[in-house]
Amino acid sequence: MATPRLTLTGIRKAYPGVLANDDVDLTVHEGEIHALLGENGAGKSTLVKIIYGVLAPDAGEIRWNGRPVTIASPNAARQLGIGMVFQHFSLFEALSVLENVALGMDGEKNWKALARRITEVSHAYGLPLDPEREVHELSVGERQRIEIVRCLLQNPELLIMDEPTSVLTPQEVDRLFLTLRQLAAEGVSILYISHKLHEIKALCDAATIMRGGKVVAHCDPAVETARSMATLMVGSNFAPAEKPAKRLKRAPRFQVNGLDLKTTDAFGTSLQDVTFEVRAGEVFGIAGVAGNGQSELLAALSGERRVEAEAIIIDGNRAGRLGPRDRRALGLAYIPEERNGHAAIPDLTLSENGLLSAFDRRALATNGIIRYARATSFAAEVIERFSVKATGAEARASSLSGGNLQKFVVGREILQAPNVLIAAQPTWGVDAGAAAAIHQALLDLAAHGVAVLVVSQDLDELLALTDRLAVINGGRLSRPLVTAEATLEEIGLLMGGLHDLPDAVPAVETESVAAHG
Amino acid sequence: MVRLEPRAEISPAMRWLTPVFAVILTVAAGAILFAAMGYDPVRSLRAFFIAPVSSAYGLAELGVKATPLILIAVGLAVGFRAGVWNIGAEGQLTLGALAGGYVGLLFWGQEGWYILPSMMVAGILGGMAWAAIPAFLKAKFDVNEILVSLMLTYVGLLLLSALIYGPLKSPEGFGFPESRMFSPAAQLPNILAGTRLHLGAVITGVIVLVVWLLMSRTLFGFQVTVIGQAPAAARFAGFSRSRMIWTSLLMGGGLAGLAGLFEVAGPIGQIVPVISPGYGFTAIIVAFLGRLHPLGCVLAGLLVALSYLGGENAQITVGMPQAVTGVFQGMLLFFLLASDVLVRYRLRLGNPAVAGGR
Repeated sequence: MATPRLTLTGIRKAYPGVLANDDVDLTVHEGEIHALLGENGAGKSTLVKIIYGVLAPDAGEIRWNGRPVTIASPNAARQLGIGMVFQHFSLFEALSVLENVALGMDGEKNWKALARRITEVSHAYGLPLDPEREVHELSVGERQRIEIVRCLLQNPELLIMDEPTSVLTPQEVDRLFLTLRQLAAEGVSILYISHKLHEIKALCDAATIMRGGKVVAHCDPAVETARSMATLMVGSNFAPAEKPAKRLKRAPRFQVNGLDLKTTDAFGTSLQDVTFEVRAGEVFGIAGVAGNGQSELLAALSGERRVEAEAIIIDGNRAGRLGPRDRRALGLAYIPEERNGHAAIPDLTLSENGLLSAFDRRALATNGIIRYARATSFAAEVIERFSVKATGAEARASSLSGGNLQKFVVGREILQAPNVLIAAQPTWGVDAGAAAAIHQALLDLAAHGVAVLVVSQDLDELLALTDRLAVINGGRLSRPLVTAEATLEEIGLLMGGLHDLPDAVPAVETESVAAHG
Repeated sequence: MVRLEPRAEISPAMRWLTPVFAVILTVAAGAILFAAMGYDPVRSLRAFFIAPVSSAYGLAELGVKATPLILIAVGLAVGFRAGVWNIGAEGQLTLGALAGGYVGLLFWGQEGWYILPSMMVAGILGGMAWAAIPAFLKAKFDVNEILVSLMLTYVGLLLLSALIYGPLKSPEGFGFPESRMFSPAAQLPNILAGTRLHLGAVITGVIVLVVWLLMSRTLFGFQVTVIGQAPAAARFAGFSRSRMIWTSLLMGGGLAGLAGLFEVAGPIGQIVPVISPGYGFTAIIVAFLGRLHPLGCVLAGLLVALSYLGGENAQITVGMPQAVTGVFQGMLLFFLLASDVLVRYRLRLGNPAVAGGR
C-alpha cells in the first residue's frame, strides 16, 4: 500500500485533571473518507485540534505523507495541505461571499480572479455559490459551502469536517455527501467527525472509534453494524447500580405535554412534541448527544423561556407561562449545566450566590430588603450539610473547585425543599468524590418523594441513577425505557438517531412501565 | 512586540486605587502640558487645583458645580452596573429643566410652598419621559440604547432652542432668547449666605444615601449586580431584564431631569439657551471614576467639579485657553481606563508564537 497521507502514533494530550488523548493512533490514506467517531468528551476535538495545529501534543508523532512534521499553527497546517471546516462558521454576515473568502486567504487580493475561481470551484464540486451574494441572505447550508470552498481553493490533501451535518437539512446532507465522494475520488483524504452512525455507514471507508480519550477500535463501517459501533462508542463496562429496591410509584408530579419550542439560536434545535412525566419518588433520565435540543428543553422546563400554559404541569398546576420565580414558588428547583455565570456568579460570595435562587423559599429577602444574616447562615448550612470545601459563606464562588461549587449549587437547591428537581449534567467536570456525593443526594431526594429529572450526556450516570430514561434526538424525545430492562445498544442507537433504520431495535416494551405503576 | 496578558487574580485594592493613580497621572501630565505650552507649571497647577477652593465662596462654588454631576452620575451608575448604557443624560437634563422650568413659569408672580415641589416632580418626569424612549425601544425591539439616548440629546437641545426662541421667550426680555426670571417662590433657597450653594445640594446628598441603601441592602440592588455581571444567572434567578432596562433608564433620566431643574431653579434662575456646560456627558466620567458606587460618585463629582472651576480660574489668572477644562477631563478618563486595563492585564514583551507557549 502507498504511504499513508497522515499517520498519528501515540498521541497524548493532558489537561489539568483530564487525559484528553491517551496513546491515540490514527492512519488516513489517500482518497479515504475516514470517520472519527465518539461521544462528546471522547477526545475527538482535542485530536483534531492537534492535527490542525491549534494544540500541540504532549507526546506522539505526526507523519504527513511519510515525513515526520510538527504542526505549529493552523497556518502551518494549511501550508501542508490540511483544511478544516468547523462546526460553527466564522463568517461576516454583512459582507459578500467573495469578501469573506478573501479575508480568509493570505495575500490574495485579485478580486476578479478570486471571484472566478470561487465560481469555478463551487460548480466543479456541486456547491453552487454566487460570490456577490451577502452572507446574511444565505441559508445555513450555503454558508457551509463558503467554508468548504474556502478550503478547496487552497487545494487541500486532507479535509477535516467537524460534525458537518448537524446544521443541515436531509437534502443538503445528500448533496454534501456527493461532494465529499467526488473529492475522495480525486485523491483528497477526508477526516469526518460525527456521532451519527447511519451517516458513517453511508459515507465512510474506515472508522476510528474513541472513548474516554482512547482509541477503542479501528473498523470498517461497511462490515460493522450501527449497533456494534454504538456499543463500541458507548462502552459496555457497566452494570446497573444498586438502587433502592422498590420505589414508591405515585402520581406524576411533573408533566410535560406536547411541548414545541422554536430555538432562538442559529445552531440550536427546536423542540417537537416533547411529552413525558416524572412521578413522585422517581428519577427520570433524558439522554442524548449535546445539541439535540437539551438547552431548549431546559430553558422551557426551568421557565427561562415561556411556553403554552398546559405544556408544563407542576404538581397539578399549569406552569408553562410562569417565569422561574413563580415556578420556584410551585416547588420547582433547577440545577443548570453551567456553573459559572448560570447557576452561580464567580465574583460573588457564597452567601450572595445562595441568595440568587433561595431568596423567596428561604425568606432571605423580605419586602425587597435583603436579610444578610439569614443569607449567610443559609450558605453556611449548605456548606455544612453538603461538605463543601470553602473558607466560609463569604468565600467567593470563583475560589471553589468545580466539584465543591457544584456541591454548593446542588445543596442550595435541595435545601429549598423542592417538589420537583431538574438537574442538567449534575456531575459534569466534577471529581469522583463530589460526583458520588451529588448522586447520593439526588437519590435521597427521590426517596423522600421528590420527582427528580436528570438531563445528561453521561450514560453511566443515567444508568446508575434513573428508574426510567428517554433519549432526545433532533428535538424529539423517544418513548421512555425502563432503565433496568434497557440495553446499551438500544440507547446508543436512539442517541445516533436510528429510530427508523432497518437494523435498529424496536423500542423496548413501554407497557411494562405501566405495570410498575 | 508588546502584548497584553490577562492577570489570573485581580486585586480588589487596586480596583479602588486606580482612580487615585489616574488623578496623580493627570496632574503630572498636566504639569508637562503646561510647561510645553510655555506656562509656569507650578503656578498653573496652583491656579487650577488650589486657588479655586481656597475661599469659602470657592468651596460653595465647588458644591454648586458638583451637585448636578453627582446627582446625574449616581443615577447613571445604577444603569451602568446593570449593563444599560444611558449616554443621553444631557438631553434628559435639558428636558427636565424645560418641564420643571415651564411649571415654574406657570406659577410666575405667585407664592406657595407647593411651587418648588411641583417643579421638581415635573423636572423628574421630563427627564424620565426622555429616557423612556430608549427604554421602550431597547426593551421592545432591542434597539441600541447608546445610540438612541445619545441622539435624543441633540433633539432635546434643539427643542430647548425652539422653545426659548419661541413661546417661552420673555415678553419683557428685549428679544433676548431667555425666559422670565422665576419668582422667588420658584427658586431654590440658598443654604449658605453670600454664595450660590442651594437646597439642591442637600437633596442630592439625601438621594445619594437612598441610592446607596437601595444598591447595598435591597433585592433590587442585588438584581442590578446579577443582571450586569451574569445575564444567564439573572434569567435563572428569574430577574427580568426588560424591567431592569426600564427601571434603570427611568431612574437615570429622572435624576438627570432633577439636576436640570436644579440648574434653572438654582444658579440660573430662568430658562436660557444653554443650561449645562455638558454636565450630562461629564457625569459619565464621574460615574466611572467613582467606580459606579454612590459614595465614590460623590468624591469623583467633587474632583471633576474642581476641574471646571480650575479651568475657569486658569483662564482668568494665567490666561490659558478654555479648552483646558476638557483636556483635563479627557486625560482623567484616559488615565483611569488605562490604569484599569493594567490592573486586569499585564504587559508582556516578546513574540506570542515563541513566548506564548502552549
